[in-house]
Amino acid sequence: MAAEPDGGEVMGDAMDDVILETRGLTKHYGGVHALTDADFTLRAGEHVAIMGDNGAGKSTFVRQITGVEVPTRGTIVFDGRERHFENPMDARDAGIETVFQTLALADDLDVPDNLFLGREIVKFNLGPFSILDYKAMQEATIAGLEKTGVKIPNIRGTIRNMSGGQRQCVAIARTATFHSKLTIMDEPTAALGVQETAQVEAIVRTLKEAGEPLILISHNMRQVMDLCDRIVVFRRGRICAKLRKADTDHQDVVAYITGAKTQAEYEVADAV
Amino acid sequence: MADGTAQARVHGTGGLLYDTKRRAWPNEANVLIALILIVAVFEGLGALLMDQSFLFDSRDRFDSVFNEARLRIIILQVAIIGIIALGATQVIITGGIDLSAGSVVGFAAMVAMSFAQTGVVNGNPNPGAVFGPAWLDLPVIVPVLAGLGVGTLAGVINGALIAYTRIPPFIATLGMMVAARGAAQWWTRGQPVSFPTDGYAALGQGMMPVIWFVGLAILFHLILRHTVYGKHTYAIGSNEDAARMSGIKVARHKLLVYAIAGGLAGVSAIVLSAKNLTAQTGMGLMYELDAIAMAVIGGVSLAGGRGSIVGTVIGALIFGVIISGFTFLRLDAYYQEMVKGVIIVAAVVLDQWRQSRTGAK
Repeated sequence: MAAEPDGGEVMGDAMDDVILETRGLTKHYGGVHALTDADFTLRAGEHVAIMGDNGAGKSTFVRQITGVEVPTRGTIVFDGRERHFENPMDARDAGIETVFQTLALADDLDVPDNLFLGREIVKFNLGPFSILDYKAMQEATIAGLEKTGVKIPNIRGTIRNMSGGQRQCVAIARTATFHSKLTIMDEPTAALGVQETAQVEAIVRTLKEAGEPLILISHNMRQVMDLCDRIVVFRRGRICAKLRKADTDHQDVVAYITGAKTQAEYEVADAV
Repeated sequence: MADGTAQARVHGTGGLLYDTKRRAWPNEANVLIALILIVAVFEGLGALLMDQSFLFDSRDRFDSVFNEARLRIIILQVAIIGIIALGATQVIITGGIDLSAGSVVGFAAMVAMSFAQTGVVNGNPNPGAVFGPAWLDLPVIVPVLAGLGVGTLAGVINGALIAYTRIPPFIATLGMMVAARGAAQWWTRGQPVSFPTDGYAALGQGMMPVIWFVGLAILFHLILRHTVYGKHTYAIGSNEDAARMSGIKVARHKLLVYAIAGGLAGVSAIVLSAKNLTAQTGMGLMYELDAIAMAVIGGVSLAGGRGSIVGTVIGALIFGVIISGFTFLRLDAYYQEMVKGVIIVAAVVLDQWRQSRTGAK
């Protein structure tokens, strides 16, 4: 089923640099309130980290804005229009590219095949039997890899033979190839070694320099402090703090994550 | 040393290398080597035991290099099952399996043949006419469409069960295997159907089965390599969740794959019944297992995502060479079956080993 007509309200001039805004975003699984009244704003070029304990609602939040799930309540405004994503493809078509915790890559295909999976470039359109344009896909892949600085020795090799870091890089390179408006990464370095983590972080910095906005979910405090402008902390399905990197430090963030501290404006929510 | 031309093919900046040409050693090459080794074994055994060559022309005749008669037999006896193997290849690449192909061949052959009967046999009216005089001597397109239609319909039912009710492919196609065999018997109450028109018979005479097999193999090789259909077939077998997240309509695609496999079983049924000039309810018995074996021997991974039509064609040839080789060595047919079984298991073991090796990297 297609999304509702995309012609939501157009935001005024004051909101011009807001890429993504959610208001009262809520998700209930039966009686479980996984996410309650999340108000979140992301501006152009911003890198925002989402932190919180396991089960705090981080991934639930991301699933709502990437169309993996449909929210129980609340609105999502992306790129100036209210959106109702029915599935991940809607979000992707709108320009939200997600690097999932579980890599959405097909092991037996090569790099261009994976980047263009589900949106192949074709020479002749013959329905399901459309002829693939390998050359165009390969060139676009190389352009995308160069843009992100991803190093892969052989793009014609299958993903199966690549290291975890390289695979993660391929997933990230999708965003560069398709000129997405927002990149979301769900724990991109959780399973990676030190060197591979550094590689992924370098790519994130490249995105920052290019002015590409990013939402990063991570448990790695050092990484968050290194890469992000702001930190939004989730606890028990609610946002409990919105911090600027300049105004906070490790202990402070940990205090919010564990519940030792709550920002004044979210106190009410926490008392429930 | 070899800087100039090698570098020209390499793209990249800042010390990044994107070799766009290099490819891994293709698995098909291994299968081809296996084929050559097996031929060599039979050549050696032939020289030792029979004092004659397996594939090459015998010493006293110099009109040709190869023993064409044997080559022809090898490819002819695998062509009809090979057509099914082309469909099995695609199904297995998606991570599925089709156990119904042999029974569908039986049913499709019965139906196709009953529309292909000629009116006059040796000056007498056709004694076994299925539908009465009005349905005799139809143009050849009618039985062809009937056979194709029955095969495709069976495939669509398989595909719909697997894609939309999420029944494991093994169960869905096992059901079809039993049901289609039953349908083949029900169609004429168990009676064989014979005496096709000349036009229909021509579809399976001489080397026609090989022409069908080779033509369809080339067609599906190109489709798997160069179309969106092919790419999605591999993607689904490789990582179904990733395919779904990438926006591939997985259920619809699986339906299409099983429908094509069913259609190919229909083609096989037409060629087989035209070749034999008759259709019987037991036709195609166990063909699905031989077809699956050809694919697996040819390097199609039962785990899905890997394999190719080229591999399956070589796998089919290996099959043909082994059967021919046993005949050549004048060994009993019982040994053929036993060795076939060993080869199938060996191919699967090899596939598992290959997976654990690449997965460990």
